[in-house]
This record gives sequence, C-alpha cells and structure tokens, in this order.
Amino acid sequence: MIYLDNAATSVRPRAVIDKWTYMSSQCNANIHRAVYGLAIESTTEYESARDAVRGFIGAGSREEIIFTSGTTESINLLAFSFGEAYVREGDEIVVTEAEHHSNIVPWQMMCARKGASIKVLGVDERGRLRLPELESLLTPRTRLVCVAQISNVLGIKNPLKEIVNICHSKGCPVFVDGAQGIVHERVNVTESDCDFYAFSGHKMYAAPGTGVLYGKKRFLEEMPPYMGGGEMIKSVSFSGTSYAPLPMKFEAGTRNFAGVPSFKPAIEWMSDKYDSDREIVTYMTEALKSDGRITLYGDPEDLADKAPLFSFTVKGAHHEDLALILDKMGIAVRSGQMCAEPLMDRYGVSGMVRASFGPENTPEEAAEFMKCLDRAIKMLV
Amino acid sequence: MTLEQAKRQVVEEFSFFDEWLDKYEYLIGLGKELEPYPESDKTDDRLIKGCQSRVWLDWKMEGGLLLFRADSDALITKGIISLLLRVYSGRTPSEIAEDDFSLVDRIGLRANLSPTRANGLVSMIATIRAAAKDNV
Repeated sequence: MIYLDNAATSVRPRAVIDKWTYMSSQCNANIHRAVYGLAIESTTEYESARDAVRGFIGAGSREEIIFTSGTTESINLLAFSFGEAYVREGDEIVVTEAEHHSNIVPWQMMCARKGASIKVLGVDERGRLRLPELESLLTPRTRLVCVAQISNVLGIKNPLKEIVNICHSKGCPVFVDGAQGIVHERVNVTESDCDFYAFSGHKMYAAPGTGVLYGKKRFLEEMPPYMGGGEMIKSVSFSGTSYAPLPMKFEAGTRNFAGVPSFKPAIEWMSDKYDSDREIVTYMTEALKSDGRITLYGDPEDLADKAPLFSFTVKGAHHEDLALILDKMGIAVRSGQMCAEPLMDRYGVSGMVRASFGPENTPEEAAEFMKCLDRAIKMLV
Repeated sequence: MTLEQAKRQVVEEFSFFDEWLDKYEYLIGLGKELEPYPESDKTDDRLIKGCQSRVWLDWKMEGGLLLFRADSDALITKGIISLLLRVYSGRTPSEIAEDDFSLVDRIGLRANLSPTRANGLVSMIATIRAAAKDNV
C-alpha cells in the first residue's frame, strides 16, 4: 500500500512506538504527584519532553510550552483564555480563508461569546495569501491575527516573518497554526517572533492525543486558565482557589503522560528529514500542472515554498470516486472538503483529492500514484 | 419479483466480479445510465450533504407504492443508488419497512457506508426506511 495521507496523520518511526510502549507498559505512573520512583521517572520523561519541544521550536522558556491533546485543543484553549483576557465587545479577530475549521470555529465561538467579529484575509487563485490586504484589515480593534503556517489544503509555506512584522507594526499579536508547518519547515518562534504557535504530536511522528501550545510568557501569565481541576491549582478552598504557575496553570487533569515523552524521539528522528522531499515536490507539481484534466490548488511561484501536499480536482471526475478507485489500486489519499469548507467555497468546488507525502514515500511511489490516477480518471471520464 | 428476489439478483450480479475495480467499473456504468433526475428538484430539502458525495432523494406514494428518485454528484454512489432504486422503488411501504437493508453490505460495499465518512448514502438508506415506516 502507498500511504499518501501523511497530512492527516504521519507514519510513526520505531523509536516513537518504542518510547510510547515503554511509557504505557514499563513506566505507568501518573505524573507530578507521587513520590515513588516510578512516578518520578514518568514525570521526568514528561518534563524532559517539554525541554525537547522548547529547544525544537526555539522558545525562550519551558514555561511557554503547554501540552494539550492536539492542535485543536491548543486553539480552543487559546481562543477561550485569550478571549477572556483581551477581547471585548466590538473587537475583531482576523483569520484567513485557507484555515482548517479548527482555526475558524473556536474563534467564532469566542467572538459569539464576547460580541466580537471575524475578518477574513483572502487567498488568490494560486492559493497565496493576499498579503497586501492584511494591513488594511488591521484596525485598532484587531486583537489577534490567526494564520496557518502551511494550509492543510494548499501546502504553501506562508511568509510568517513578514506576516508577524506587518501585524506587530500595528500592535497586533499573531497566532500561527503549525499543524502542517512543523512537519515541513524548521520552526523558530523566537526568530519569527509569533506570539502563539500550536501543533499536534501525531502529525509530526509523535503519539496521537498529544499537542503543544506555545505562547509568549507575558500573554500566558495574564490569561486565565481554560479548564479547572487537578494539576493546575496552587491551593483550593471554598473561599477561593489560586492557580499554579506556568505551564501547569493550563494543564488541568491527567495529561497524556504515555504519549508526550514520544515527542523526544520524534524530534530526533525528524530533525534531518527536512527538505528530503524536494524531488517529489518538483515531480508532483509538474506532473499535476502539465495534465490538462487536473487543477492543482496551491501553486506558489517558487517551488521552495511548496510542501509535499497536493490538493487537486479533476474535470468531470468526483473526488470521492477517484479516492475509492485509488484505494482499490492500493493508494490511500484523502478526499472531500478536508475540514476547510470556506476554502472549497472560495474555489467553487464540493471537495478535492489530496495526496500528501511523508519522508518514507519515494519518488517511485509518486510516479506510481500518477500512473494510477491516470487509470482512475480514464475509468470515470 | 419480490424485494427479496430483487436483492438476491443484485447479489448474484456482483458475485461475477472477482476484482474490485471491475465492481466499480460496473457501478460507474450503472451510475451513468441512472434515470436523469430533474435539476429543478435538486433542492436543499432533498439534499443529503456529506463530506464526500452529495445525494438528492425524492419520494412519493402512488397507488399504494413508494416511488423513489435520486441522484448524486459522484458516479460510484450513483451506481449504488441505481441498485437501491431497482430494489426498493415501486414497493409497498410495509415490504420496505420489514427489510434488513443488508444489500450494500452483502455486495461488499460496506466501506461505502462507513459512518465516519458521513456520506450521503448512509442517510439515503435511513430516509428510504423512514419514508416506508411513515407510510405503513
């Protein structure tokens, strides 16, 4: 089978599975609480994963790394807590047209609660953000700009540094959804100067049910907790409760202590995999663009800006039919709206087919995919 | 032909195919031949929207029989619709209501009914069943 749905979840390397299994079978003790040896080992594993993540994304402090269940929880946490701290009636949040539903709906929910509104930065025909329009969207009421580093449909590396500069010049902080980005681009939150950054473990070869929210300390300190419960308190009494310091303030309840330590081997494994996809990106972009039956969405001028993630439609062939036929040819691709309905509307399509490659995929598999796609199209059209 | 006989006939038709792609090819052919569904009836109240294919389904009672018409934007789904209409359209509501709706499963197309994919076909079967129960 040729697995081309890496953007949905990655194929985990042996070292990750080993660590995850070890934590579940040999090191099963709840973290941060007990004093016995096993609990200390499991706590150490968990907390050293925090150090590994901090180093990996270039954050200034381990207190800025909050473990969550995934990007979606990270964004919901941020939307709630940021909204409580900073958003008032009449304020505005900017999102882009190319966002995953997870980077739209939490903001809509928060805006509905706060009486705030959402403004949208569009993308052009080629899938590039309309950056020149960003500045005019920013008003004194804009509280946050939310943008994907790489859209899960378009696969274009957005110019983070430029976006952050524009927003900061207007005094507006930036949240970056790095769910796809962290897989294909080296990230340094200090260098890019983004104020918040979120990603999932399972898309970057770590265990599912793990995720990270990075936030600058000065914001995180002012933001109230998202969930109340164990771990996040300093002291509790019926006359009042005080909260734990960062990062525990945002880690209520038992976190995924078996999964989180797998960030460490995942980071070690992926660190030399960046840019190993260039041959596939060049081949796939050219193969899809040169086929008159196919429309590719997400086509930057410079191929260096393209991730190995290709969404397309075929004239006269439905995305579901193509994916069903490809499945029986032994190829797993995604089809449908890809959790990005506004983007589907933008291009006037009901869905797309997406082939997303990982470091384990070979150029031969890319060629085989194109061959099978051609056969599938011929069956339908 | 009873509903059960019609079902058996479809299952038999499918037993001729060993290869999945041949099954799909056959369904695509059926999909292409499906009786045209009027564009004007592709209304939101008849639309079953899923993440994948969209299905439009319309039904009426005539002479004690339930008559169905349906369409989809995807060809394989359309082919399955064609099979479902062949088996269920023009039957009495009680005959349909008593059926176990195992047809799609029996011809090996269970994957096309996976609830996680939220496709139109699952809802289409539920609608056929509901229409039958309402008219018994």
